[in-house]
Amino acid sequence: MKREELSNSCPNPSTFDDGRISLAHGEGGRLMRRLLSERILPALADVAPAGDADAAILARLAGQVVFTTDSYVVSPLFFPGGDIGKLAVIGTTNDLAVSGARPLWLSLSLIIEEGFELTLLDRVLRSVADAAREIGISIVTGDTKVVPRGAADGLFINTAGVGVLLEPRWPGPGELQCGDELVVTGTIGQHGTAVMIAREQFVVEPCPISDCASLVPAVDALRRAEVPVVALRDATRGGVSAVLREWAAKCGWTLAVDEREVPVTPEVRGMCELLGLDPLHVANEGTMVVAVREGFGGAAVEALSRVPVARQAAIMGQVQERRVSLVVVQRGLGRYLPLDEPLGAPLPRIC
Amino acid sequence: MCLAIPGKVVRWIDSDPLLGVAEVEFGGVTRRCLMACVPEASEGDYVVVHAGVAIAIVDAEEAARVLAELASLPEKVEWLERDEEETQ
Amino acid sequence: MKFLDEYRDPVAARRLLAEIRRAARRPWTLMEVCGGQTHSLLRHGIDVELAGVVDLIHGPGCPVCVSPLESIDFARELSLREGVLLASFGDMLRVPGSRGSLLEARAVGGRVKPVYSPMDAVDLARRNPDLQVVFFAVGFETTTPTTALAVRQAKALGLRNFSLLVAHVRVLPAMEALVESADCRVQGFLAAGHVCAVTGCKEYAPFVERYRLPVVVTGFEPVDLLQGILQCVRLLESGRPEVVNCYRRTARDAGNPTAQRLVGEVFEVCDRPWRGLGMIPRGGLKLRPEFQQFDAEVRFCGATVPAIEDHECHSGAVLAGRIKPKACPSFGTSCTPDRPLGAPMVSSEGACAAYYRYAGANHLSG
Repeated sequence: MKREELSNSCPNPSTFDDGRISLAHGEGGRLMRRLLSERILPALADVAPAGDADAAILARLAGQVVFTTDSYVVSPLFFPGGDIGKLAVIGTTNDLAVSGARPLWLSLSLIIEEGFELTLLDRVLRSVADAAREIGISIVTGDTKVVPRGAADGLFINTAGVGVLLEPRWPGPGELQCGDELVVTGTIGQHGTAVMIAREQFVVEPCPISDCASLVPAVDALRRAEVPVVALRDATRGGVSAVLREWAAKCGWTLAVDEREVPVTPEVRGMCELLGLDPLHVANEGTMVVAVREGFGGAAVEALSRVPVARQAAIMGQVQERRVSLVVVQRGLGRYLPLDEPLGAPLPRIC
Repeated sequence: MCLAIPGKVVRWIDSDPLLGVAEVEFGGVTRRCLMACVPEASEGDYVVVHAGVAIAIVDAEEAARVLAELASLPEKVEWLERDEEETQ
Repeated sequence: MKFLDEYRDPVAARRLLAEIRRAARRPWTLMEVCGGQTHSLLRHGIDVELAGVVDLIHGPGCPVCVSPLESIDFARELSLREGVLLASFGDMLRVPGSRGSLLEARAVGGRVKPVYSPMDAVDLARRNPDLQVVFFAVGFETTTPTTALAVRQAKALGLRNFSLLVAHVRVLPAMEALVESADCRVQGFLAAGHVCAVTGCKEYAPFVERYRLPVVVTGFEPVDLLQGILQCVRLLESGRPEVVNCYRRTARDAGNPTAQRLVGEVFEVCDRPWRGLGMIPRGGLKLRPEFQQFDAEVRFCGATVPAIEDHECHSGAVLAGRIKPKACPSFGTSCTPDRPLGAPMVSSEGACAAYYRYAGANHLSG
């Protein structure tokens, strides 16, 4: 009897025959090696030149090192406009980009639930590779774990990213001044509504598509145009409102937004009216808020609108004298009113 | 209470008295809504939808009449640009 | 969006504001019955705009807020039972019962799912034949047709794993109870336009006749609300307690007879306790005997345990319009949306939550 056949009598599946990940794939033996060498590494071949390095030795950098990490637990794993793989690369590299760095290297950790379909894993890995290629970064190290059924929701991904800080450095939200202008780089609320629709099976046509995209070209465009940027932030969880709230707390001024100037697609508008949500609170994955010095909002918009990811950039507000409320919004009657802060993730409501 | 939003009936899909469904357009999206409470709605009508069910047909003539009334209110009005704190 | 954007027009709103200031020769106290109206008023700052001209008292029209504690506790208990899935509207899931909210029940293993429509709960039952799906049915007359439709569909589909925990309430008996209370300051009512879209406006005539208070059927957008307020002020200034419909584009005088028939086939009027207000005679709806197989309380032998409201919570007085949320000693201190003592602080349209969200910063530090 050949070795392969012997191991087939073992209760653990020894091959990928049933098309699913088993606990054995994470236990460090041959199955794990095969998962790596037959599935994961080939999928990432051109963006992971070092192969399965446990630890990466990285090149010296000319500037300061910027380092970030983020975990991705999106449900569902696939949604219109993206999936967890694309998100895991885009999200972390966007964090580097808005911190003023050029993203260079990424780690990729997969936590896979037992029983996860291999074809789905392949799809996710393809998305990882596509996104990394597009941004021009390499995946330099990684890890794979398999956890028992029920201990994860299909697949969790953690990525950590390293980048190099670019000059000139931007001052940051603590340095905002009264009069500075607030720009948003695109239509808001698309990612949050797309994921909610996919998760709650709330069927609408056409389905809003996640804006999940790299912001690196948008940040580059601002640099090239030498716009006096004060602060940048991707408006992910909590949406634009969360960014404004955080900045206002840091700078001590009040951030004021005109609702009518904030770009929203007709799909997101309709969805938000139906479900009673405010687009300002809904998550984005390819849209950022940019604060620039007074008088440079127009220049920022002009520079941004030349790159596809920020084609719909618009000036949406301004840093104003401190009021009682940190963030205020003008909703039509002409008066600035406090922008409310949502309790948690938006839930569809009747009332 | 009662978040209800007007949408345009784009297409009837099923006219069953109980399970009747039509595609209704809200801004840029359409969604299937139950039409059992507004069986007389025609394509092109606007219906007010609450929790997935159309509960009323919008009377476009009434709406136009009210807006015309509004337009006849005096044009020039005093408008105080006060801020939130000043009224405390 | 048509029939929405026109009613958010700032020019029209300003004209109406000026007209209201002109029409009111003394301050008036109005109550907007519906929580959706409360939110719209505060979101657009209309209450601040009319300060000193019209005092707006926020009514009990938040179905999520007035659902009795016992029902929430029972729903929570059901969600924790083996093989039961409890579905309800998103805002209902955050309301605290005496042993925590439904979302908190989910954290300890409860099967809880937010739905947009009762029909989504029917669909869940159809797709999960091994689960007993219970829809926690809350809402005013606007929502009852949707629940009635869900029951009729479940019956037509022969579903044996779908039931309702009914906490539907009726708005007019609650208005009567408010006016009957000794300390009621309300001089005129803005009635809830979407309730009237179903029930019609005629049922307010005996109310106006009896209590000599004007009732203006009002919509939800800023311009709608301002029109309703203007009309109510004009009625008060000219001493005319009448019913006037300012939301004619949606609410007919006779309401929606098809919807009324549907509701009448499935539900009948009953006495119901309202959270914060107590037992309201004829204040609720229950399933008719022929639909009892869909009654979760029958199916799961609901032995409701009497629950006691937190004594620091003055939500009863808030819901009855006796005090404004900020007058409650717990507001913003021991009671916040993150740690609510009572339902009005939780629901997206509860008066306390609305104050906290839209005016909170003013009132806390001002």
